[in-house]
Amino acid sequence: MSDNVAVIGVGLSKVGEHWEKSLRSLAIESIWMAFEDSGIDKVDALYVGNMSSGSFVEQEHLGALIADFAGLGPIPAVKVEAACGSGGAAFIEGYIGIKSGMYDYVLVTGVEKMTDVLPSKTTSILANASDRDYEAFHGVSFVALNALVMRRYMHEFNVKREELSIFPVISHKNAPFSKHAMYRKEISLEAVVNSPIIADPLTLMDCAPICDGSASVILCSEKKAREFTDTPILVSGVGLATDTLGVHDRKNITTLSAAVEASKKAYKMAGVTPKDIDIAEIHDAFSIMSALSLEDMGFAKKGQGTKMALEGQHYIGGELPLNLYGGLKARGHPVGATGVYQIGELVSSLRGDGRVDAEIGLAENIGGSGATVSVCVLKRGD
Amino acid sequence: MKPNKSVGIIGYGAYVPKYRIQNTEIARVWGNDPNLVPIREKSVPGADEDSVTIAIEIARNAIIRAGINPSDLRAVWVGSESKPYAVKPTSTIVAEAIAATPFVNAADWEFACKAGSETIQACIAFVGSGMAKYALGIGVDTAQGAPSDALEYTAAAGGAGYIIGSAKESLAIIEASISYVTDTPDFWRRQHEHYPKHGNRFTGEPSYFKHVLSSSKALMEELGTKPEDYNYAIFHQPNRKFPLEVAKILGFPKEKILDGLVSPYIGNTYAGSALLGLAAVLDKAKEGDKIFCTSYGSGAGSDSFSLEVTDKLAERKGKAPSVKSYIERREEIDYAKYARYRKKIRA
Repeated sequence: MSDNVAVIGVGLSKVGEHWEKSLRSLAIESIWMAFEDSGIDKVDALYVGNMSSGSFVEQEHLGALIADFAGLGPIPAVKVEAACGSGGAAFIEGYIGIKSGMYDYVLVTGVEKMTDVLPSKTTSILANASDRDYEAFHGVSFVALNALVMRRYMHEFNVKREELSIFPVISHKNAPFSKHAMYRKEISLEAVVNSPIIADPLTLMDCAPICDGSASVILCSEKKAREFTDTPILVSGVGLATDTLGVHDRKNITTLSAAVEASKKAYKMAGVTPKDIDIAEIHDAFSIMSALSLEDMGFAKKGQGTKMALEGQHYIGGELPLNLYGGLKARGHPVGATGVYQIGELVSSLRGDGRVDAEIGLAENIGGSGATVSVCVLKRGD
Repeated sequence: MKPNKSVGIIGYGAYVPKYRIQNTEIARVWGNDPNLVPIREKSVPGADEDSVTIAIEIARNAIIRAGINPSDLRAVWVGSESKPYAVKPTSTIVAEAIAATPFVNAADWEFACKAGSETIQACIAFVGSGMAKYALGIGVDTAQGAPSDALEYTAAAGGAGYIIGSAKESLAIIEASISYVTDTPDFWRRQHEHYPKHGNRFTGEPSYFKHVLSSSKALMEELGTKPEDYNYAIFHQPNRKFPLEVAKILGFPKEKILDGLVSPYIGNTYAGSALLGLAAVLDKAKEGDKIFCTSYGSGAGSDSFSLEVTDKLAERKGKAPSVKSYIERREEIDYAKYARYRKKIRA
């Protein structure tokens, strides 16, 4: 095994409804930003995180397409797909590429163009992340699956829906600072609770928005990174795990087993415990996912996922600040790109953006209703 | 932008069916939040009304105001997206009904909600070139929104028409007009489809706002005019919010918009929308008033007009029913009757 892996470049394009931009132009936008940030001008391999370009814009073969249009030359380039967890999974593939010594520099790009189809089609495409034969085929949308889990969680642990609605408030609190966020404004708990019901008990503001976006990061070995900077951000632990695709097949639908497994692996590799994590980017696609994620990654006991949030411990200045660039809810959730946004945002926070003095951070990216979860622990290398 | 010969409106007519369905009633049926509806109520055509019958009412009102012999009309053009016949002109039925046939150009126009304002531009050119003494352009629709779709709250029926003649006979001189068009697919209905489809928020910023603002700015720039120069402004009104927002961006104060803003009370009459707003303003305007009007049609484009009212408006406006009188003539119906009148119930 070779040296530690470091992130030396970050490019985060503005998330939004980019009707005037194509998938390839979105991807190239963040790639150029990452190159500029890193100071290098070529890479040895490209991993593209994307969920459904074939359905959203009828374009597959993204590795070659993006490598070509970004002018990267005839490098190895492939797409990595794990539904909404594609970005995190692609990042881990990039990590393996450097860690194994196979490549010197790797580019990981997450990209999704979701707004070229009508919302009914978007809903259908997103349901491809669930079990088609046993879930989507029977008319259960992706939001409905999360609503089922949330209802069960509220029942089992006697949690009120208003308590879970604190998570969108936390993510939005940080959004005005986040230049690439889709919704750069704060929202109130009342606004979340009183927004229209999408799938009871989930309201509109419990759900991350449909949008377009692209994020890129450049990886290399710690040794090479130190040629560019004295303070590289190191990838000290990664974990990727899977669970049953269908919610109904799980022993306990209020536990993200893949998050338990992935976080254990990442903590072990990084030599840390949850107590050592200073900040976290968690997968708040739906309010319920935030609570489950915190519990299953060891930040709270089962059923207690909202406790720290309600105590104000997830705001900046609290014990574990969350989603410092708006999270999926306010930054936006361009599904296959989200995991790379999270890594880029974590790197920005750890480098020091004037808001937190954090040494160790965690990013958690979920695919489907929890069937794929990646957890990455990053730390300052100074 | 300007014809060789100065032209204007010599007569105008409006019509709105009397039936209304409240937005809260539509929300009740579909289980939606009654506090989040876009307008108060919309007009519904009766069981025996369609865009032909409405266009005829409009044409008759316009002729009464113009005080001309219908056989002097050299054109009867109808802009609509709700033609009773896919193939067979609406305009020939209207022309025949008002006794304008046979030496008349009759044709139907289609460009979503701006088909009506296009007929006015064509009338300006027809009269302005000297090919016609008078020409009639009508914008009319009995618009349909799919059951439970967001458009069902606003898709309404009604319209307005304008007889164009020489400037010296006009109740309002049309100073100039301009079009701004791009291929922007924000709303469409394909052959054999009953209801239109739309791109949700895509219908806003890159569609409605881009075209209405670009067309309006271009005309004011060409004429060297500013919002302060106008007493009234009318913008295509798919709801209440969009025209008010566009007015704010351009710098027209709300009080210059409200007299021509009829959508909160009758809904979006599509090809009739901006033209009906203009008719409501003419009902109120006086000599010397300057009026700015911009339509919008999905697909997409906008037509802008700059007008100035003459002394002839005062004597002609009262000869036919005002837009206000049509708005006030209302009979509320429930969703069941609405479904019947709009032929949503089929055997």
